[in-house]
Amino acid sequence: MLILTCPCCGAEADETELASGGEAHIQRQGPESTDAAFEAYLFQRKNPSGVHFERWRHAFGCGKWFHAARCTRTLEVFGTYTAQSLKPPKWILDRIRKRRPDWAGPLP
Amino acid sequence: MSRRLSEGGRLIDREVPLGFLWNNRRLTGFRGDTLASALLANDQQLAGRSFKYHRPRGIVTAGPEEPNALVQLGHGASSEPNLRATTVELADGLRATSQNHWPSLEFDIGAATGYLAPLFAAGFYYKTFMWPRVAWKHVFEPLIRRSAGLGIPPTQPDPDHYEHYHAHVDVLVVGSGIAGLVAAGAAADAGARVLVLEQNPEFGGRAPVDGITVDGLAASEWIDDCVADLAWRDLVRVRNRTTVLGVYDHGYVFACEHRPRPNMDKSRADAPRQRLWRIRARQIVMATGAIERPLAFAGNDVPGVMLASAARDYAVNFGVGIGDRVVVVTNNDSAYLTATALAEAGIGIAGILDIRESPAGPALDRARAVGLDVRTGMSVASVFGRRQVLGVSATASNGDGARTERIVANAVVMSGGWSPSVHLWSHCGGKLAWDANRGCFLPDADRPPAGADGVGMVIPVGAANGTMDASGIPDEAVRAGREAARRAGHRGRRGRQSSASHPAQAEDAAESQPELAWMVPRQAKRSLRSRAFLDYQNDVKVTDIELAVREGFQSVEHAKRYTTLGMATDQGKLSNVNGIGILATSMGQEIAGVGTTTFRPPYTPLTLGAIAGEAHGPLFKPVRKTPMDGWHDDHGAHWEPVADWRRPYCYLRDGETVKAAINREILNTRRRVGLLDASTLGKILVSGPDSGRFLDMLYTGRMSTLRQGRCRYGLMCNENGFLIDDGVIARLGEETFLCHTTSGGSDRIHAWMEEWLQTEWWTWKVWTVNLTEQFVQVGIVGPEARTVMERLGNIDVSDEALRFMDHVDGELAGFPVRLFRISFSGELSYEIQLPAAAGLEFWTQALEAGADLGIQPYGTEALHVMRAEKGFIMIGDETDGTVTPQDLGLDWAVSRLKSDYLGKRAQARSYLNAPDRWRLVGLATEDPNAVLPDGAYATDGSRQQDGGKTMIGRVTSSYWSPTINRSIALGLVERGPDRMGEVIGFPVESGRTIRAKIVDPVFLGQDAGANA
Repeated sequence: MLILTCPCCGAEADETELASGGEAHIQRQGPESTDAAFEAYLFQRKNPSGVHFERWRHAFGCGKWFHAARCTRTLEVFGTYTAQSLKPPKWILDRIRKRRPDWAGPLP
Repeated sequence: MSRRLSEGGRLIDREVPLGFLWNNRRLTGFRGDTLASALLANDQQLAGRSFKYHRPRGIVTAGPEEPNALVQLGHGASSEPNLRATTVELADGLRATSQNHWPSLEFDIGAATGYLAPLFAAGFYYKTFMWPRVAWKHVFEPLIRRSAGLGIPPTQPDPDHYEHYHAHVDVLVVGSGIAGLVAAGAAADAGARVLVLEQNPEFGGRAPVDGITVDGLAASEWIDDCVADLAWRDLVRVRNRTTVLGVYDHGYVFACEHRPRPNMDKSRADAPRQRLWRIRARQIVMATGAIERPLAFAGNDVPGVMLASAARDYAVNFGVGIGDRVVVVTNNDSAYLTATALAEAGIGIAGILDIRESPAGPALDRARAVGLDVRTGMSVASVFGRRQVLGVSATASNGDGARTERIVANAVVMSGGWSPSVHLWSHCGGKLAWDANRGCFLPDADRPPAGADGVGMVIPVGAANGTMDASGIPDEAVRAGREAARRAGHRGRRGRQSSASHPAQAEDAAESQPELAWMVPRQAKRSLRSRAFLDYQNDVKVTDIELAVREGFQSVEHAKRYTTLGMATDQGKLSNVNGIGILATSMGQEIAGVGTTTFRPPYTPLTLGAIAGEAHGPLFKPVRKTPMDGWHDDHGAHWEPVADWRRPYCYLRDGETVKAAINREILNTRRRVGLLDASTLGKILVSGPDSGRFLDMLYTGRMSTLRQGRCRYGLMCNENGFLIDDGVIARLGEETFLCHTTSGGSDRIHAWMEEWLQTEWWTWKVWTVNLTEQFVQVGIVGPEARTVMERLGNIDVSDEALRFMDHVDGELAGFPVRLFRISFSGELSYEIQLPAAAGLEFWTQALEAGADLGIQPYGTEALHVMRAEKGFIMIGDETDGTVTPQDLGLDWAVSRLKSDYLGKRAQARSYLNAPDRWRLVGLATEDPNAVLPDGAYATDGSRQQDGGKTMIGRVTSSYWSPTINRSIALGLVERGPDRMGEVIGFPVESGRTIRAKIVDPVFLGQDAGANA
């Protein structure tokens, strides 16, 4: 039962208000993509024990999608940010590095 | 005989006797008793039978950790199984029965398994799975199923009600002993909102029983003052009878509040039986105390053997003596409190066996001072008696138990040290560390369960943190309370300083440094070890753990599962640490290296009723209803659930069968005119400069070229290329479209649109609104439909003015409407959309307008049959999430020219283009009267490698068609369209096979839509 702050409406939303949408920053592959790239887009997802970037929707609130950076091991939330971003913003990465100096995980 | 002492019992009211039934025997207790204390007062030590060997078992604890005394409470619908007698508050007229025996508690046939104990050793279940294979099914499983199982669930619906309660607090304090109360006061002083939850009816924890004084006051007096002080404060709430059961992510906690009731067999209309607290706490102070451990010695499960602390509780709290000649056996000082308390109550102490060679301290001095016989370096070798204690043999604690001396006694109290109640620390990832000095697992402060900010969210304090000496508790608890408040964002010192909750000092009557011995005597022979129980409820003995180790189950997690240690309903509250001790000893390791299994919620069992709360019956899931719902209900609607909605399946007339009603509705619509409430259809408005571009991506067909005033059928796929929805799209304006979705798809498809707009194409200027409930939709369908329309208003509905797939705005029956000429039945059909509030009025006017033409409403089944007659697909019937438009022969609705749409790339994958895919066909049974079962599979007579029949297709829709007077079916068949005219077989029940010819899916009028 996580609590994530919706960056759109500002609510500290209980997990029951939210719908999870899996890994964030997946690049859509269109009709020109190779079989391998398309397969990766459809099916290959990271499952790290540690820092992870996820998509969430404030489904029973403002209805907006957003991204969350959190630790899957300790449930620490580094921050939530707008879904209209191709990469995690710098302030999120700074915060992660501060809290997890050893973090070498691949950037999305 | 009565074991009620002539004096004492701080919790009972001797003025209020309560009658209750135990196994249909009438007994009496007092107000304030638990069922367990009342049973003991009536000299009823035998309280149950164990799970595996059906050994007679007695009450061994005085709290929720009780493994043995599980009872069935009440009878009939209110009956509740598996309650611990130690936590059941006695009530007048209470009925309790013991469990897990046949025919009676005193004489149990199942106890014969005890003589076969060697056969039922650790891993017994697993071994029965292995060999011989048939024995499991025919011998072991029936036997185990008959003999296992505890209480009996009631068969009728629960007459009580339950509720959920949500609470948001800064600091949750679990436990109301000295530690909890002091911490709560300190947190509140700092300005935090505090909730204190206590599992028992009374506050104070063990302090009042254990002779602790606080600031010179007896603990019970100090606690009364402190609770009164806390309850008076605005920032603090204090609740008893509420057990915290689990700690989850980010401070989510749930607790169950039990509400006592005067009469167990009557439900209380005015109040819930139980209340599930769903708490969000920023910080949790874990002041949960500790649970005493048994000692492992032969016969330690004979009724009359009890934890020393429990015996003390029964004497001090309830004025009950557990025997009149009591042997005390201990590895630490705390059992001396019991010895002196019992002696003061006039109970004979037959001897104190202290396994330590040379113990010393004030507790021993006091025991010796009152003349008790303390024998050091001694332990129990074995307990005599089967259904009750007759005596013990005493032996040197370091020996093998060979040289013994007999002591006559009728009760044994034991103490193997204390295990801090660290469950809540562990629930959400907090780690434990073995403390060899104190002999217990303690919260590892460096590895706490963390909250959203990465900071620890649980702070252990008091005995739960290993602080066994009360004198250390006040300072520790003040620090814990302040720290919890600080982490929750309260640094202030608002409010008054309360002297009541900030004691200067507390004094303990006993220190408790155990000398560990996992089995006594330490060198015990196998004959003793095989009768020394670790887990009472699951009958796990010392030798079972040793066997698991020998057979290779050495990891603590494996040994637990192999032996079932700690897996009973008490979750090993008494047995875990002793079991781990034996495991470590057997492997010659330290406990720190063996580790412990993880505690998981719930701390104590809870009822399904509490979990469900009010979410049952009509409140389980709200039903969506159209504005015409009441009319349908008044006119014979036979309901069916359609997604969240209820819709009339058909309308039953007097004496009519469902089948007859469906056929009547179909024929009436095909021959005259029918009326359909289609309001549940999803209606999503898509608007903005990029709306056409957006819909071109969402639908497989091209929507941007749709002209205003026209409609187009559209298919939606996911990125896997599979169909997810279909519907008619109408272009309302240059930048505005109305997208119809399936009834079940309105919310899902609206969310789907928003997901793509928000997360992929966020620069596109598109606005979506789900208008499903703002408008009703009414279908007027059949040869006479045009006449009805002409009577309802002045919209020109001629073929020239309103062609098939046209739509127009206008006025009908006095209401503004949007009129679509679209058809899902092949008949001439108009669908009228108008504001929901006008729906019922329009519906009745349409019925009046068509009355002389024979207009009748029709339900969803007639709708389904008529669409199947025309070979129209239905999302969810012909599709199941693995079907593409191409599989259904809908290539005409898929644009080949568009550069991209959702699903396009996937539809180019090789396996979606394989020639042997199952594709849509019609199925005409050879016997026209035989209706294929929905979902039936076709086989080709060959076998798969695993022996299963090779399936080559399945039925997706199947009906009786009254229009063409034969059965019709749609199905997906391997290479179906290439096999027209072939006959395939569908094996159905009882060996029958229905044979059907593969035909075109359009059964009615190959010129589809011509008359629409």
